Amino acid sequence: MSEVFSKSMARNIYFGGSLFFVLLFLSLTWHTNRELPKTDNRQAITEEVALGKKVWEENNCVGCHSLLGEGAYFAPELGNVYKRFGNSKEAIKAFLKSRPVNGIPGRRSMPQFNLTEEELDAIAEFLKYSSEIDAAGWPPNIQG
Amino acid sequence: MSTLKYQTQAVAKPYFIAAIGLFVGQIIFGLILGLQYVWGDFLFPEIPFNVARMVHTNLLIVWLLFGFMGAAYYLVPEESERELYSPKLAMWLFWIFLIAGALTVLGYLMVPYATLAKVTGNDLLPTMGREFLEQPTLTKIGIVVVALGFLYNIAMTILPGRKTVVNVVLLTGLVGLAVLFLFSFYNPVNLVKDKFYWWWVVHLWVEGVWELILGAILAYVLIKTTGVDREVVDKWLYLIIAMSFITGIIGTGHHYYWIGTPEYWQLLGSIFSALEPIPFFMMTLLAFGAVGKRKREHPNKATVLWAMGTGVMAFLGAGVWGFLHTLAPVNFYTHGTQITAAHGHMAFYGAYAMIVITIISYAMPYLRGQGNAASWKQQYMEMWSFWLMTIAMVFITLFLTGAGILQTWLQRFDDGLPFMVVQEKISLFYWMREAAGVVFFIGLILYIVSFFVKGDQKEGGIA
Repeated sequence: MSEVFSKSMARNIYFGGSLFFVLLFLSLTWHTNRELPKTDNRQAITEEVALGKKVWEENNCVGCHSLLGEGAYFAPELGNVYKRFGNSKEAIKAFLKSRPVNGIPGRRSMPQFNLTEEELDAIAEFLKYSSEIDAAGWPPNIQG
Repeated sequence: MSTLKYQTQAVAKPYFIAAIGLFVGQIIFGLILGLQYVWGDFLFPEIPFNVARMVHTNLLIVWLLFGFMGAAYYLVPEESERELYSPKLAMWLFWIFLIAGALTVLGYLMVPYATLAKVTGNDLLPTMGREFLEQPTLTKIGIVVVALGFLYNIAMTILPGRKTVVNVVLLTGLVGLAVLFLFSFYNPVNLVKDKFYWWWVVHLWVEGVWELILGAILAYVLIKTTGVDREVVDKWLYLIIAMSFITGIIGTGHHYYWIGTPEYWQLLGSIFSALEPIPFFMMTLLAFGAVGKRKREHPNKATVLWAMGTGVMAFLGAGVWGFLHTLAPVNFYTHGTQITAAHGHMAFYGAYAMIVITIISYAMPYLRGQGNAASWKQQYMEMWSFWLMTIAMVFITLFLTGAGILQTWLQRFDDGLPFMVVQEKISLFYWMREAAGVVFFIGLILYIVSFFVKGDQKEGGIA
């Protein structure tokens, strides 16, 4: 680059550009937080949902599944599993309970987590809450 | 025997060795995961997929952090023109970080994750069980302590010394890395908020402050190996990191399309993240420009190859493969498919794995007392490992892309087929990916062997 464009000009673009976009990002964050109540289904958050999220995290479900498309891609999307299972918490619980300890020969298998009845209820409630977040129409179909 | 300018640069060596060792672990678990994709109950229930994946991704992060820290300990004294503030502190932190890392991985492998959560007190401050941030809260606190001690050591070396652009940009990146990691402690019950701030760690790391670290290391190696004017490289470095922040900060929006956030992020995220390839393209231009206009022939050809490779592969993996699925109307169909996996693999290898290997390649001959380059025999083998690993990664990415396109087509359009039905239909691509993974592993073994090849030092040439 020629002398016309100096190092200090490059530095100013870096400082000025960064500052501007950091501030813009913070303002957008503030605005997003103000708008979230319209879409994030917070009115459905109960103590049971909170426990369900903890069960979700402490069994590392996201290590195989995705939730709203984020996570691992080894097992089905669960953001809409409540709807895929016919809007049934019982179906989710039954699936979790019936996982064979030693897996299914030759197939991808989900571990048997031996959850208590309370934990099973909670995880199902958490997945129901997740499925009712307004995610701009995603996923494209019920398969997730 | 040492050929170092500053004796305290020597602390970088154990960091680099640890990085390579953990890299090997990462790839072994990658091969296990690849096999589990096609042989579903491989190692089940002893090492289920989620455990192997945690080990694979966490080892990646930890070995890159070892690499970044080693890079800082190596280049900061030289740039600052003074010895490291405290080599003793650097060695203490090395062992703390290595032992904490090893214990965490052993914890993943030896006990069920829920048990690990219980015994490490996840109840008190629940931070576990989120992708890439699976570490027990105790480990996270340990990471913060190590990062603070490391930053203190580096800052106390840089601030009283010569302040080069490389130094200051590196330090800024490292401070950003540490500060943004603090968001890993924020884990609200509200899933949308949880996800929103989770990206402040993950995205603002790899598509933000890590690019400063990458740029600074690349600039340093190019200055050293090509002898081009530092002023010119500095100017480029400023422009590269300016573009990283100008595009990447609002570019975070490409993660805010489908997680319950306002829909204006679809427009903002699409526009800005579509520009994110620019800084990576500029890195490629910088690397090729510097090598093309080099003012000396550095005998370490392997390093120059890695440096140019970093530019190209970072641009392809982070830039092109990122762009493929970053526009909201495309991402609507590809979000959370193997397309993401394809991008993730090539981007991490091209941008971050390769820059760490670049600085290791440059520094190791000095650290090992071989002069400014390893013997030709060693370099020859190292360059073979470059081509094997890099080409294997290109194929891993292509096969995952093929899998992702088919998955998107079969599962996401119209009514779609169920996830597992689709997975079985595309298993051929997973087999081919695993084969490419084996080639990558062979390349990695060759890379390690290259350090132990006996060769005539004179051929490599001591300065």
